[in-house]
Amino acid sequence: MGAESSLRNRFERGLAAPICLTWELTYACNLACTHCLSSSGRRDPRELSTAEAKALIDEIAAMQIFYVNIGGGEPMIRRDFFELVEHAVNQHVGVKFSTNGTRIDEGAAKRLAGIDYLDIQISIDGADAATSDRIRGAASYDHARRAMDNLMEADFGQFKISVVMTRESIEQLDDFESLAKNYGAELRLTRLRPSGRGVEVWNELHPTLEQNRRLYKWLKERPNVLTGDSFFHLSALGSPLEGLNLCGAGRVVCLIDPVGDVYACPFVIHDEFLAGNVRDAGFGAVWTNSSLFRSLREPGNPGACASCGSYDACRGGCMAAKFFTGLEMSDPDPECVFGHGETALAAKQVSIRPISSPDHSRRVPVTLVAR
Amino acid sequence: MPGTLIEADPTDEIEEIEELLVEEVSIDGLCGVY
Amino acid sequence: MSLTTTDAFDASKYWQLSEMVSLRDEEFGALAYHHVNRRLVFLKSRELVEIVRHLGDFECADDAVRALTPADQHDRYVTALGALEKSALIRGR
Repeated sequence: MGAESSLRNRFERGLAAPICLTWELTYACNLACTHCLSSSGRRDPRELSTAEAKALIDEIAAMQIFYVNIGGGEPMIRRDFFELVEHAVNQHVGVKFSTNGTRIDEGAAKRLAGIDYLDIQISIDGADAATSDRIRGAASYDHARRAMDNLMEADFGQFKISVVMTRESIEQLDDFESLAKNYGAELRLTRLRPSGRGVEVWNELHPTLEQNRRLYKWLKERPNVLTGDSFFHLSALGSPLEGLNLCGAGRVVCLIDPVGDVYACPFVIHDEFLAGNVRDAGFGAVWTNSSLFRSLREPGNPGACASCGSYDACRGGCMAAKFFTGLEMSDPDPECVFGHGETALAAKQVSIRPISSPDHSRRVPVTLVAR
Repeated sequence: MPGTLIEADPTDEIEEIEELLVEEVSIDGLCGVY
Repeated sequence: MSLTTTDAFDASKYWQLSEMVSLRDEEFGALAYHHVNRRLVFLKSRELVEIVRHLGDFECADDAVRALTPADQHDRYVTALGALEKSALIRGR
């Protein structure tokens, strides 16, 4: 009894189907955020067609995956966006989509407000235009705020405001809290990973240890702030944060990308973590039979963390954070709260680091029309 | 089997540490989603 | 001796699984998801899953628990049903 049969341990061994999954609808995006985890910008010509996307939704419903997190790129850019969302919710598959808000004008807000089982997450990276636009581009913050205004005006109900924690945004926690309160929205803070374009800004943008400590304390005092369970690497600082405190990749969640490739999670878009493609024999076959997922469901090996008393709390941290900083899976997390990750990085030849592929980044800069 | 002189009834102890049959997790509480 | 009374939950009343809930069987029990309040609950025993699936066939929750579990587990399962009621996964008539 006890620890062995706990939910966390059961989930580590994987489930018959994911609890939920992330589905990137398109690599097309009208922004060019410096940390984009999917290196989005240009549409991939091999994107799933509307028919293929609907068949995937049907399969998701049949597998009783109750909830899908839709993203991209910018999902609302797809012409069939509403059609796909409605196809999902009509089969009682809950949908949350993550958006930069540029396409949520008054008409879109009204339409969204009329859809059941739908959650919306608006992304910003700062509590003011100057801070957020440094990452997301000129006028992007204003567009996001306008989307929030429109949703409120249309009586959409509670939406989420999602912020990636960077060296800059982490100094604005109280401001984010106020912002969310003013809209009656839920605040969501997530971890910056060195994934996609994120690897280029990781060194300058990832929080310092001191900032992470403060974030941990702030979150402990606010169990209602969402985190997508992305800070379990900080749980070694004390009692666990809200959430499962477990890497869900390949075990309870995964990613389906715009061309039907299945990855362990959205932060490891790289061949090393590619499990298969839904076009071969559907999604279920990949989830069940993929050798990558089977190996992820094997009991973990603490590796270099074996001698650390906190391994059970943090489980050695995030695969993506280790992989894209050039560390091994058996190394500590680069942001290990005891500094073991920094030691491991210093000891490595970090000139050779994996880069996410595919890369759909734009080659020319994006200019948003100011609101 | 250990003697019963000193030890409490083992079934009582097991009941006390029996886990709850129901556990709730937030749909947002899973790492690896947007 | 009542240790953990869930004062809101009366097992002598009729209860049923809410229509807004989907149950998905897992090796260790089931995953229950409430589509409207988005709550995700794990039922960690097969017996509890059976009780929840057939709850509405019985006159009251006590009868359902008695029919499907040993007597010495009664309180444990009633407690579990109380937790499900708090999350709105089961409801009265």
